[in-house]
Amino acid sequence: MTSVELEAAAPTAASHPAPSLVYDLVTTVDHKKIGLMYIVMAVVFLVIGGCEALAMRWQLLFPRYDLIGPDAFNQLFTMHGTTMVFFMGMPILIGIGNYMVPLAIGARDMAFPRLNAFGFWATLLGGLLVYSSYATGGAPAIGWFAYSPLTERTFARSAATDLWALGLIVSGTGTLAGAVNFIATILGMRAPGMNLRKVPFFAWTMLWTSVLILFAIPPLTAALVMLLFDRNLGAHFFDTQNGGSALLWQHMFWFFGHPEVYILVLPAFGMVSEVIPVFSRKVLFGYEFMAAATAAIAFISLGVWAHHMFTVGMSRTADLFFVASSLLVSIPTGIKFFNWLATMYGGRISFKAPMLFAFGFLSMFLIGGLTGIMLAAAPFDFQLSDSYFVIGHFHWVLIGGTLFGTFAGLYYWYPKATGRMFSERLARWHFWLLYIGFFLTFGPMHISGFLGMPRRIYTYDADRGWAFWNQLTTLGAFIQAPSYAIFVYNVVVSLRKGRPAGSDPWDAWTLEWMTSSPPPSYNFEQIPEVRSRRPLWDLKHPDDPDWQYE
Amino acid sequence: MSDFLLLASDPDALQNLSIFDPASPSAEAIRSLSLLVAAIAAFIFLIVEGVLLYSVARFRVAAPAGQSSLPGGEPPQVYGSQAIEIAWTAAPALVVFVLVLVVIRTLWQVNRPNPTPSANDRALYVTVIGHQWWWEYVYESYDGRNLGIVAANELHIPAGSEGAARPVYLTLKSADVCHSFWVPRLAGKTDLIPGHTNELWFQTDKPGLYLGQCAEYCGTQHANMLLRVVVDEPAEFERWLAHEARPAAPPADGDTAASAAQAVFLGQSCIKCHRVRGTPADGTFGPDLTHLMGRKTLAAGMVPNDAERLREWLVDPQRVKPGCLMPAFGLEPRDIDSLVDYLATLH
Repeated sequence: MTSVELEAAAPTAASHPAPSLVYDLVTTVDHKKIGLMYIVMAVVFLVIGGCEALAMRWQLLFPRYDLIGPDAFNQLFTMHGTTMVFFMGMPILIGIGNYMVPLAIGARDMAFPRLNAFGFWATLLGGLLVYSSYATGGAPAIGWFAYSPLTERTFARSAATDLWALGLIVSGTGTLAGAVNFIATILGMRAPGMNLRKVPFFAWTMLWTSVLILFAIPPLTAALVMLLFDRNLGAHFFDTQNGGSALLWQHMFWFFGHPEVYILVLPAFGMVSEVIPVFSRKVLFGYEFMAAATAAIAFISLGVWAHHMFTVGMSRTADLFFVASSLLVSIPTGIKFFNWLATMYGGRISFKAPMLFAFGFLSMFLIGGLTGIMLAAAPFDFQLSDSYFVIGHFHWVLIGGTLFGTFAGLYYWYPKATGRMFSERLARWHFWLLYIGFFLTFGPMHISGFLGMPRRIYTYDADRGWAFWNQLTTLGAFIQAPSYAIFVYNVVVSLRKGRPAGSDPWDAWTLEWMTSSPPPSYNFEQIPEVRSRRPLWDLKHPDDPDWQYE
Repeated sequence: MSDFLLLASDPDALQNLSIFDPASPSAEAIRSLSLLVAAIAAFIFLIVEGVLLYSVARFRVAAPAGQSSLPGGEPPQVYGSQAIEIAWTAAPALVVFVLVLVVIRTLWQVNRPNPTPSANDRALYVTVIGHQWWWEYVYESYDGRNLGIVAANELHIPAGSEGAARPVYLTLKSADVCHSFWVPRLAGKTDLIPGHTNELWFQTDKPGLYLGQCAEYCGTQHANMLLRVVVDEPAEFERWLAHEARPAAPPADGDTAASAAQAVFLGQSCIKCHRVRGTPADGTFGPDLTHLMGRKTLAAGMVPNDAERLREWLVDPQRVKPGCLMPAFGLEPRDIDSLVDYLATLH
């Protein structure tokens, strides 16, 4: 650029015209805007992944139904799983964390704002890359866990599988960036006085989720790079026709895949641990045990991956190790559950939308946990593995746990992020349609699994007796569907029509409720000083502050 | 759709694939374990869900609309209790301990290495090879006798009787991608993994048909890689073995029509992929056809094996089972007639 051009440009730059919205979003490094972009992106992918699910459910409505052929169906379940795990589940949790963690710990932003923006854009780019596979004539039809050697060129010839792998590598990089950022932020940027024993619970769970991401994503990335080497450079890591190992992929994938489940559920634990106390008007029961249980779940979850592989013919001793480690997870999870119940017990519980969803979480996640115990009992798993029972189980965990917890958090913090109250009436409709539809969708799946129906089949014979249960499931899916539309409608319309929320509509206790709604770009005029886990309780009850009990 | 209903002799007859109706000791052991685990889970469910619902009913207050704080002040704040925490850490730990013990017992019962064949062991040894999207069965030995019979898609096994069990020991392999052998009433599933050999064991005293299907996603037609296990009385099974061991009967001398039909088969590319023992057809990529008419179904259990379906299949397999690895060869109708005639002789 010449000096003449520089001079010509200078006056415009100096006059600071208001940047367009697009320019603002593309260049922003504000954790709140990035958080909202993550959430919006995740909701868009939720709708896409949901439509994929509805198409599959329609196909399974009748035995030997001819709506969607096998190729399209196999692509749909691959994309549904990939979308919901990588482009809906993780982004929405990272998005909420992005928005709320700095506010909850009294920081002005994330530790590395530009890395934060990078994380979002990499995640989005990864999603677009995965979906660009449709341009090759069809998405990959490999299943979301992409067992080799079905992913080798011999069996998956089109470039769709390459785009899928590239997309996950790119979005995984973004996820890693987010995790590093959360760890640095939570460890290094807490308000004065907030030692690690006083971190708000949601931030604490985001810390451990981030630690798990650091352990889990790199093995996946390595496996994906190896797969790309196989497919494009003639390597044979997973190419069984040339001495590669099919089991190697399974180990590497599930070494990522099982911690991934806890990556997706720990932040939901965090959100309900914020919501339940506020709406029960009681302090979180047994904070320190809850905190330790979170760390314990994170540690144990790194040693349970092969419970996805009980049927691959491991030795009985290896099976036993993974039975024991998987069952061990139920101990800290049980501790959490009992503490939530103890928090509610003796409280004054008001069932506003966030608490309603937290109740949905408690009543549903319990069932997902218990069916998980059944699957961890290896011989039982020999029957249940890869059957519809498994589909029922993990949707119970991921929707009953993660999604209900996430909705609890979204309704809880919506007034903070927008300055407006949502419609409580619509939120109730959302809840009950989702709750009933969810039950009807995934409950019958357990039964079709008991009756011998394997997952990932595009059709089935009438004489198997599965049609009735599949029809209930499909009915449930179509009851659920409008609940998501109601949620989106509520969120959008309340932006303009909602009642002003004020800074603290729930009479809550953590730092984010000290600042205005929505918070200014710098979050706090003055960084507050903290003496307890509930700084706002201390302010509201100067006669009986928390810090004297901690 | 009605085509497929014909599969069962009575179109309304429901087949039984329930894991809770075992017909083999290993499936039975799994059922006992599953009932115990389910009972423990149900017990925990009732307690926890009960406390949850009680708390909701007992401590619920109607929040006045549009008001953030509740009238009447805050309830007593309880920060925790070490004794209670230890109690509800210990209780689940105890449950986990019990569960691990019962799992060990069942695991060692169900998952035992196959013995080696010996004389008069009444045991059947079969190597199962998974292919995209059909099953190959190599009958290795029975009752200590070496067999070396190759069949496809319908697995015949002998029924045992009181005091004379006839165990079936499978060796599981794959020719291409991962598959999984799952006949719920006989045993839990075990994967067939390329480059890796697995074993599976079951036995039953109840003759009949046992259905199942591939349980590991293996590509386009994973849904139609169906398993049919036919349990015969021992005498019947011996007859079946003896019949399967024979090569295909050649056309009778002077039966020019039959010879011509066979010539069409041998002149086409069928023989590159399919084997008919006793003829030059020696392909191994597709199912062995030596005794094709002994099977009740075509396309790995997908459609009934009759002349009409056979013809549809030969005209265009892709219309019957889209994506399957057999292409449509665009044969002349009269060649198709000959092929159907010839295949119909492969009893």
